[in-house]
Amino acid sequence: MTNLPTRRDEAWRYADLDALARLWPLPAAEQIIVPEGTTLSRVIVQDTGGVHQINLILERGAQALFYVLNCGGDYGRVDLSVTLKQGAHFSLQAAQIGGDSQTLEIVTTVTHAEPDATSRQIVRSVLAGQATGTYLGKVAVAKGAQHTDSEQSVKAMLLDRSATANAKPELEIFADDVTCAHGCAIGELDAMAMFYLQCRGLTPADAKTLLLQAFIAEAFEGAEQADDLRQRALAKLESVV
Amino acid sequence: MISTPALQDLTMLSITNLHANVADKPILKGLSLSINAGEIHAIMGPNGAGKSTLGYTLAGRPGYDVTDGSVTFLGEDLLALAPHERAAAGLFLGFQYPVEIPGVSNVQFLRESLNAQRKLRGHDPLSGADFLKLARAQADAMGMDMDMLKRPVNVGFSGGEKKRNEMVQMGIIDPKLAILDETDSGLDIDALRVVGDGINRIMRKPDKAVLLITHYQRLLDYVQPDFVHVLAGGRIVRSGGPELALELEREGYKDLAA
Repeated sequence: MTNLPTRRDEAWRYADLDALARLWPLPAAEQIIVPEGTTLSRVIVQDTGGVHQINLILERGAQALFYVLNCGGDYGRVDLSVTLKQGAHFSLQAAQIGGDSQTLEIVTTVTHAEPDATSRQIVRSVLAGQATGTYLGKVAVAKGAQHTDSEQSVKAMLLDRSATANAKPELEIFADDVTCAHGCAIGELDAMAMFYLQCRGLTPADAKTLLLQAFIAEAFEGAEQADDLRQRALAKLESVV
Repeated sequence: MISTPALQDLTMLSITNLHANVADKPILKGLSLSINAGEIHAIMGPNGAGKSTLGYTLAGRPGYDVTDGSVTFLGEDLLALAPHERAAAGLFLGFQYPVEIPGVSNVQFLRESLNAQRKLRGHDPLSGADFLKLARAQADAMGMDMDMLKRPVNVGFSGGEKKRNEMVQMGIIDPKLAILDETDSGLDIDALRVVGDGINRIMRKPDKAVLLITHYQRLLDYVQPDFVHVLAGGRIVRSGGPELALELEREGYKDLAA
């Protein structure tokens, strides 16, 4: 892409275009090829702002496990374009935590190009103040990519009525023997749980933080650096509650 | 009752002419009640009398608006405190329906709660090892497996297990005043005995007090109250000794509500 996108570009519809203009032109996307039968594990901590674009190709039977914490800068976007060959597996576990007027985005296109590949995406967003958090996730299943198994689980928690969450799981399927599950929920903290925790002595801020840690926990499950990710997320949560 | 200055010093909870609304609807309409240290009081009454509203109002649940009256707890204006400050001051509300909190372990929740209370009281936090020792002792006393304490708060617990868990929490937190809202509901007869024993063990002490909110007499077979009050129409309409509970069991609430 050479021209600055506009709101008409679906993939940039919720972006902070002013911030994007300052970042333009974007650096070239990172290219990663995961060789046949191997596993790549990758942690992305986006804590300074900016656009991270990665094109990922998984060869036959390859696996890629991505863990993302998107929480820093006025505008932070993690954009993954993934192509799965036969029997490959892609997993994305992501948390984005925003406050003030931050705009945070996770954008994925996962293409099941060949049969028997699996993909699993878990995205948890916590948004306070005037922050905007967006997940745009397209799963494309090519003709002939039978036995594709894909799953998207997208949840957002709004801490203030002034925060915004956008969630758009999208399926484009050209094969007939596939399983593509997607679930999406946007909500607020449970008032009764908040009261219960405070009745036992937790301050409102600590009660919120505890519930939010639980809310995003799935995003870091299984990561080798899970403790580090949890600590960073906790520090950010404490700053937005 | 004759109250001497010495006894008055021991007044733990003093509720005077309490009026409270829930969603703009008046539920408590001039409730007065005084509880001294060392006493166990039972509040009984028909459905809709305001029993649970009393518990929630004393604990500070949002949406339970006090429109008149006053409540002092150990000489302090209870209504001026936030819920967590009431807890730190020594007030414990046992929930009729303990809340399930997925993803948060009992142990983590209770350790953070206890240490938050200690912090407000100016005490050092309890170490992980000391806390686990305390938690294990309290879980053992309630016949609760330590594995359950490591599970998410109340998630997948049966009704009886949730109530036991409330008692384990009460044992760990060690409050001065426990308001137990229908702690006996959903319990079979064995669990009722365990929970009753727990209340006696943790709370029947000269410097503590209990307010049992209950629908039935049966819990009072295990936890002998010193005073029994009947709540109807948002007010205490009758007070007496333990024999009042038996009378209510026999004759029902019908004649009292008037």
